[in-house]
Amino acid sequence: MTTTTPEEENGVKRRDFLYIAAGGLGAVGTAAAIWPFVSQMNPSADVLALSTTEADLGGIDVGSELTVVWQGKPIFVRHRTEEDIASAENVDLSTLPDPEADSARVIKPEWLVMIGICTHLGCVPLKGQGDYGGWFCPCHGSHYDTSGRIRKGPAPANLVIPPYEFLDDNRILIG
Amino acid sequence: MSFEPKNPALKWVEARLPLPGMIHHALYDYPTPRNLSYWWTFGSLAGFMLVVQIVSGIVLAMHYTPHVDLAFNSVEHIMRDVNYGWLIRYMHANGASMFFIVVYLHIFRGLYYGSYKAPRELLWWLGLVIFLLMMATAFMGYVLPWGQMSFWGATVITNLFSAIPVVGDSIVTWLWGGFAVDNPTLNRFFSLHYLLPFVIVGVVILHIWSLHTTGSNNPTGVEIKDKQDSIPFHPYYTVKDLFGLAVFLIFFSAFLFYAPNYLGHPDNYIPANPLVTPAHIVPEWYFLPFYAILRAVPDKLGGVLLMFGAILILFALPWLDKSRVRSARFRPIYKQLFWVFVADCILLTYVGGKPAEGAYLVWGRIATIYYFVHILILLPLVGLLEKPKPLPASISEDVLSKKKPAKEETVNA
Amino acid sequence: MRKFLISVGVAAIVSLAALGPAKAAGDAVELKSVAWEHEGLFGTYDRAAAQRGLQVYREVCAACHGLTLVSFRTLADLGFSEDEVKAIAAEYEFTDGPDDFGDMFDRPGKASDKFPSPFPNEQAARAGNGGAFPVDLSLVSKSRPNGDNYIYSLLTGYVDAPADVTLPAGMNYNLYFAGHQIAMPPPLMDDQIEYADGTPATVDQMAHDVAVFLSWAAEPKMEQRKEMGLKVILFLLILTVVFYAAKRKIWSDLH
Repeated sequence: MTTTTPEEENGVKRRDFLYIAAGGLGAVGTAAAIWPFVSQMNPSADVLALSTTEADLGGIDVGSELTVVWQGKPIFVRHRTEEDIASAENVDLSTLPDPEADSARVIKPEWLVMIGICTHLGCVPLKGQGDYGGWFCPCHGSHYDTSGRIRKGPAPANLVIPPYEFLDDNRILIG
Repeated sequence: MSFEPKNPALKWVEARLPLPGMIHHALYDYPTPRNLSYWWTFGSLAGFMLVVQIVSGIVLAMHYTPHVDLAFNSVEHIMRDVNYGWLIRYMHANGASMFFIVVYLHIFRGLYYGSYKAPRELLWWLGLVIFLLMMATAFMGYVLPWGQMSFWGATVITNLFSAIPVVGDSIVTWLWGGFAVDNPTLNRFFSLHYLLPFVIVGVVILHIWSLHTTGSNNPTGVEIKDKQDSIPFHPYYTVKDLFGLAVFLIFFSAFLFYAPNYLGHPDNYIPANPLVTPAHIVPEWYFLPFYAILRAVPDKLGGVLLMFGAILILFALPWLDKSRVRSARFRPIYKQLFWVFVADCILLTYVGGKPAEGAYLVWGRIATIYYFVHILILLPLVGLLEKPKPLPASISEDVLSKKKPAKEETVNA
Repeated sequence: MRKFLISVGVAAIVSLAALGPAKAAGDAVELKSVAWEHEGLFGTYDRAAAQRGLQVYREVCAACHGLTLVSFRTLADLGFSEDEVKAIAAEYEFTDGPDDFGDMFDRPGKASDKFPSPFPNEQAARAGNGGAFPVDLSLVSKSRPNGDNYIYSLLTGYVDAPADVTLPAGMNYNLYFAGHQIAMPPPLMDDQIEYADGTPATVDQMAHDVAVFLSWAAEPKMEQRKEMGLKVILFLLILTVVFYAAKRKIWSDLH
C-alpha cells in the first residue's frame, strides 16, 4: 500500500475529521465536567449572604475608634478630630510612598473607615502609635498617618478602604 | 521489553522511573483478544466510577461536618448553598449505585465466561477483595448523612457482630466506641470511608497488573495462540471503552438528573433519632441479596456466617468448578444453570427489600439454599459430568467462522 | 451490538424492578394523585402556587412546624423582591450576641437568617403537643414516598372515624396517615386565610399550594438540575454517536 488513491486520501481526511471531532467533543465534555468541581470551592451562597456588615457610629466619640468585623477582617472605624483631618489634608502627595489624597479615602472627612490589615504581611496595626499620629504595625515597623496612608516602613500600600455607604448619619453598611 | 521513547522528556523519565514504558506496553504491546464483546467494557467503567467517587467524595468532604449534631445539616448546606453542591452530592450518592451495577455486571461476566479459572485465580481473588472493600466503604458512607436509615442501618449491622461467641459484645462496643452508635462511631466511619477508597486503588492496581500477567479471557475461553488472535489494546479497545463510557454516562445521567432519589430511601431525609425506629429498616439495594440471606436463617450467628459465607465461598470458585472448559458458550448445561443463578440473585435482591415474614421468608430461604446448592453442588457436578460443545481451535478461527457467509473469498487457511 | 443493547436493557429493567419495592407493605391507602406542574422531565415550580403556599405555611403551619433549613434569601427564587424578602425576615425575632457586655439580645431577622422553629427543642415541642412532635417541614416532601401527593392527600384526608374504630383522646382519623390515627388535628378550614392574590382559600386550594411550596422548600435546585440534565444528556447522545462512528471506523480494518 505505497500509493494512495484519491478515494483513500479522502477517506484519510474523513477519518481524521471523525477522530478530531471525537477528541474535541471529549475534551469539551471533560472541561465542562470539571467546572462544577472548581466552582464549588468558591464562597457558597450562605457565605456570600453574610458579605455585608452594619456598623453603628452613634457610640463613637470624637477621637475614638471602633473595630468591627467584616468578612472575617477587622475594620477600623475612627471618628477623626479636627487635627487628624488637618494633618491628613496638609500633605505633599509626592512625598508619600503610595500617593493618595485624603479626600479620596473618605466619604465624610470626620469618619475614617479602613480594613485594619497591614499591607505588608497582614498583621493588625496598633492605633495611636507611630510617628505620624495614626497607626503603627509592630510586626515589621510600618507607620501609617491619620488617613491610614503608609509613610515609613516596609508596607507597600495604604490601608485599604472597603466599600461602604452611609445608611443615615449614624449607620454605615460595609460591603 | 525495554521502551525507547523518541520524546526526550519521556526518555529522561523512563531512565529514572519506567512509567512511560509501562503505559506504552499496556496500550500497544498488551496482546488483547480480538473478539472481546461489550461485556468486557465493565472493567474500565468500574475504574472510571472509582475515580468519580473519589473526586466527588473529596470535594464533599470540603463541606461536610462529621459530628452527630451537624452532619445532617451540613449535607443540606451542600445541597442548598454550595455551588453545584446538589450536583456533586447526587453524583456521589447515585455514583455508588452505578459503581455496584457496573461491578455486578463485571462479576457475572466473569462467572459466565470462566474468567476465574486458572491461570486467573489470583485475579479473581483480587476482584473479590475489591468487592468486599467496596461494600465496607459503601456501608460506612451511607452512615455519614446521619439520617434515620444511616443510623438504624449502622445499628443493625454493627449489632450483628454480637453474634460472635465470647468476644462478640466486646467487639461491638469496640466498633461503636461507646454503648450505641453515636458520635465516636460517626467520626471513625468518616475517617475509614475516606481511607478505604485509596486501599481499593492499590488493590485495583494489583488486579490490573495480574490481568496483564495472565492476559485477558475472551468469549470463547480459548487462550491467545498466535498473533492473529490478538490486537493492540490501543486504539481498538480504547475507542470501544470510550463508546461504552458514553452510553453508560447517559444511564448514569438519567438517574442523577431525573431520578436522583429513586435508588435511595426517603427515610434518610429524616434526621437520625435513636428513640424512633423506622417501620422497615432496609439497606441500599446493592446489599439486599446479602440481607436476604442474613434474615433467612433463624439463628443470629448462623445468619451472619451464611451472609459472609456467601461471598467467601466465591474465593473457592476456581476449584469448585471442575469443568475444563472455561466459557459457558460451550457448556450447554452450565449456561442454563447460570441464568437460573442470575434469577436466584435477583430473587434474593427482591426478597431482601421486603419484611422477613410470610411468603417472603419462604422464598428467601429457598433462594438462599439454591445459592449455596448452585456453588457447592451443581458447579462441581456439572463440571465433571457435562459434555461440552467442541471448542474452536483458536480465537481467529472462531471469529472467521462467524464471517464465512459474508466474506467467502477472503477466508484463508 | 444488538445483543449488547438487549442485554443492557434487560439488565436495567430487571434491576429497576427489583429495586422499586424496597418500601413497606401494609394497609397503605393509595394516595390521591395531582398533576403537579413540577413533575416530569421539564417540570417547573408553579411560582404563584408556591407564594400562596408560603402564606399558608406562615399563617397556619408555622404555629407548630419549623422550616429551619430554608434561608429567607432563597425566597427570591419564588419571585419575591429583595425588599419583600427583607420584610418577611424582619417579621421574625432572633436571639443574637453576646454583645460587648456579654448579654444576648433580640434582633429582627435578616435575609441571611433561616426560618425559625416555634419551639426551642424537641422536648418543648412534644410537651406543647400532647407528646407528638410536629416535624420540621424543610424536607417533609422528600422524606415521604411520593411526598407532594402525600402532603396534599394528608391535608385533605381527614374524615370521621369509621364506626368500628374508637379513637383515643387527642387523636384524629386520617385516611392517608400510616395507621390512620394522627395527633395533628385537621389544620385547614375553608377561608381560614385570605390569599394575597385573591384566590379563594378552600381547603383543597391551600393543601395544593402548601404542597407546592414544601416541594420547593425540600428541593430548591430541581429546575437547575433538570435543565442541566437536558444539556448533559443531549451532549452525551451526540458524543455517543460520534464515538460509535469512530469505533466502527477504527475496527473496520478488522471486520
